[in-house]
Amino acid sequence: MSDQLVNLTIDGAAVTSLPGRSLLLAAREAGIHIPTLCYHDDLKPEGQCRLCVVEIGEAPRSRVVNSCTYPVEPGLTVNTASDRVLAARRLVLELLLARCPKANLIQEMAAELGVYESRFQNENPEELCILCGLCVRACREVVGVRAISMAHRTPEKQVATPFLEASEACIGCGSCAFICPTNVIEYTEKDGVRTIWGRQFELQACTVCGNYIAPKYQLEHWAKITGDPVESFFVCRDCR
Amino acid sequence: MDAAKLEAILARFEGRPDELIPILHEIQAEYRYLPKEELKEVAKRLGVPQTQVFSVATFYKGFSLTPLGEHQVRVCQGTACHLEGSERLTEAVSRRLGIDVGQTTPDGRISLEKVKCLGKCGEAPLVMVDEEFYGCTGVDRLAKIIKPLRKK
Amino acid sequence: MSETEFPMILRRLGTVDPESLEAYAAQGGYEALRQALTKMTPAKVLAAVEKSGLRGRGGGGFPTGRKWRLCREAAGSPKYLICNGSEGDPGAFLDRALMEGDPHAIVEGMIIGAYAIGATHGFIYVGLEYPLAVQRLGRAVTQAREQGFLGKKILGKNFSFDLTVRRGAGAYVCGEETALINFIEGSIGEPRNRPPYPPQKGLWGRPTIINNVETWANVPVIIAKGADWFANIGTEKSKGTKVFSLAGAVKNTRLVEVPMGTPLRRIIYDLGGGIKQDREFKAVLTSGPGGGLLPAQFLDMPVEFETFAAAGGNLGSGSMVVMDSRACMVDVARYFLNFSFEESCGKCTPCREGTRQMRAVLDEITLGRGQEEHLGLLQELGTVMQDASICGLGQSAPNPVLTALKYFREEFEAHVREKKCPALVCRPLLKYTVDPETCTGCLACLRECQVGAITGVFEEPLEIDQELCVKCGMCYEVCRFDAVKVES
Repeated sequence: MSDQLVNLTIDGAAVTSLPGRSLLLAAREAGIHIPTLCYHDDLKPEGQCRLCVVEIGEAPRSRVVNSCTYPVEPGLTVNTASDRVLAARRLVLELLLARCPKANLIQEMAAELGVYESRFQNENPEELCILCGLCVRACREVVGVRAISMAHRTPEKQVATPFLEASEACIGCGSCAFICPTNVIEYTEKDGVRTIWGRQFELQACTVCGNYIAPKYQLEHWAKITGDPVESFFVCRDCR
Repeated sequence: MDAAKLEAILARFEGRPDELIPILHEIQAEYRYLPKEELKEVAKRLGVPQTQVFSVATFYKGFSLTPLGEHQVRVCQGTACHLEGSERLTEAVSRRLGIDVGQTTPDGRISLEKVKCLGKCGEAPLVMVDEEFYGCTGVDRLAKIIKPLRKK
Repeated sequence: MSETEFPMILRRLGTVDPESLEAYAAQGGYEALRQALTKMTPAKVLAAVEKSGLRGRGGGGFPTGRKWRLCREAAGSPKYLICNGSEGDPGAFLDRALMEGDPHAIVEGMIIGAYAIGATHGFIYVGLEYPLAVQRLGRAVTQAREQGFLGKKILGKNFSFDLTVRRGAGAYVCGEETALINFIEGSIGEPRNRPPYPPQKGLWGRPTIINNVETWANVPVIIAKGADWFANIGTEKSKGTKVFSLAGAVKNTRLVEVPMGTPLRRIIYDLGGGIKQDREFKAVLTSGPGGGLLPAQFLDMPVEFETFAAAGGNLGSGSMVVMDSRACMVDVARYFLNFSFEESCGKCTPCREGTRQMRAVLDEITLGRGQEEHLGLLQELGTVMQDASICGLGQSAPNPVLTALKYFREEFEAHVREKKCPALVCRPLLKYTVDPETCTGCLACLRECQVGAITGVFEEPLEIDQELCVKCGMCYEVCRFDAVKVES
């Protein structure tokens, strides 16, 4: 039974999906776009931002769920743009706009839904972190070193290194900065050194062309994992 | 870091990752806070990333990363206590101790905390000093409670 | 004892030594376990709990037997049980009383549950604020083990089960099932998205049943007296009794146990003795920060799951706080939103930012800066939080505000339009003056005032300068002669 395709209805259209698929992906495959902020194809969905909410079931027992984690069910009725859903999405973006008024991505996504300003209070006009958690999850699931995490609860929740010091586990790869949707995570590169999360990483230059590849520490980390000689990592992709 | 003390604590456990929080309870009870070096060692011994230990230590209000005072004054913020004026009571305590909620006096003797319901609603508003409960505490009774804490 | 009461779960409190297994056994303790293990199959025990109609007493009200069946039939092992003894609702002290006063009832209930479900290990989670409960439950578990009620081959049957007591670390959100699971695994108490649900995938990904303290305590009664007997108590949809911790403006702050369906009035007036100093009833709130503020029109409402939900509230885990005219509903709403804000884990946007902003709006209103648009904004934000938050904390955080807006709108309007607090609670909207007739000039208030707004000499009536006064209300607190008058 678990191998059978699942038939459901999304926005009035009949959709067939693989069992276990999330509503988000099932909708995508049917050509229906649902906005997301904390979703990433390479990471396990966490359902933090609540932007991807959809309404399932029939009134009066319909309910709002987040599509990135909710799996397809036979016979389910899904509405990706009902009044309740749009109200929720707009308000989520309005709340984030209040938190991070200068975040371009939030401004754009909010504008797409007709939200141009926020009725809510801002505490720090320079705040750019929307607490989507992508950086933490990338570090944990893809890079595997767990150098940063979410500290505290709501009033002071923030992405942080252990004890707010330079993280001993960080390998300087910059994946967190790369995946961050609002460009909060800073790193600088100067004179062959990358500085990120309070630590300095000597960049390794390609032994053939001389261009910088990545922090030496990061390449050594990979060499330890794969068991290959570390020198093989000191040649950049173009030169291989 | 007092290695012997930490060993004594860890010896009472099997060293599984899910024992992290009970271990932190013991360290908090021993030192009145969670010292950084001890936390790093616990992370190593349990095979748990430092980030997890730090997240847990900052998420739960039962843990403190800075030393608490020798005496802890806790004002209950439960509903019944709120209705009996715990907000004004907390302000009055804060004034008399000269510190904000969540702080410790400079001499390290007294910490002030707000605490969620202690389950003694019949005696609202409630103040707890270390293990003692003081019920029906009006602002005028505070002097009597606080004075003995200051004496050497 | 009033007819209204039905001490079933509370029957041993205060009469049986909670630190003695012998005392518990002498009152019929562990007989239900014996009966279950020696005379019933696990399937029969499960059927009995289903037939009884028992529903979760932690606030969710989910049919217990149905939850157990889902877990029993789920693939995966080992299976786990958890007792949720967090009792985070401020104003609740019933679970504490049970854990401290009758710990063996909880242990026995869990062993019976383990037998029915096929679980091999259980955890009892006790809120940080209850060290005595941790001790007593720990002792009860040790004693039960010594008697062979826990461990391997219990009562000679092919059934093994053991329990571990775990003390909480101070997070209201850990009262939520999946956050509690994360706590036991050694992580932060953030809830998980569902599906999958704990009975299928819970602790360490295994089938797990989480039930509240009071729910577990009901299990031995159901087995001992029978499902039919139990189902005879209460109403059609809410069977059995409910324990409440009655507090606030009632004359008798106490625990009460009544059959489901008992009208609120009987609890508050017959058992609670009515309002202190015979003041007027204003509102009752059950379930703490996720509850609704219900006015006098609900006093005849029968206490059961459906009625509270229909009124916009929540039956909750048992806290029942009564308020009289001295309470300001705007202030109470702000108090609960602040609680939810401080306890919110921060994982999802609607709760994290929503509780922050709701609290900010309510602060504005109580500071005298409220605007008409604020009321609509609270309503709008509250609706989205109910719809889109991951867990019950965020979903029910707006309830106190939304019910206060619905049933006490005039009070909000007074704060916003006239900048007045009719209940004389919101200090920024109050005016403090000294009554020259009653003032003895003792100077207590003058010494207390931190902005020098009070002037005068010893043994002469003092005066408060309204320009300098910051309305902290401390003069009112310290005056022993009732000479500081308040108005709005």
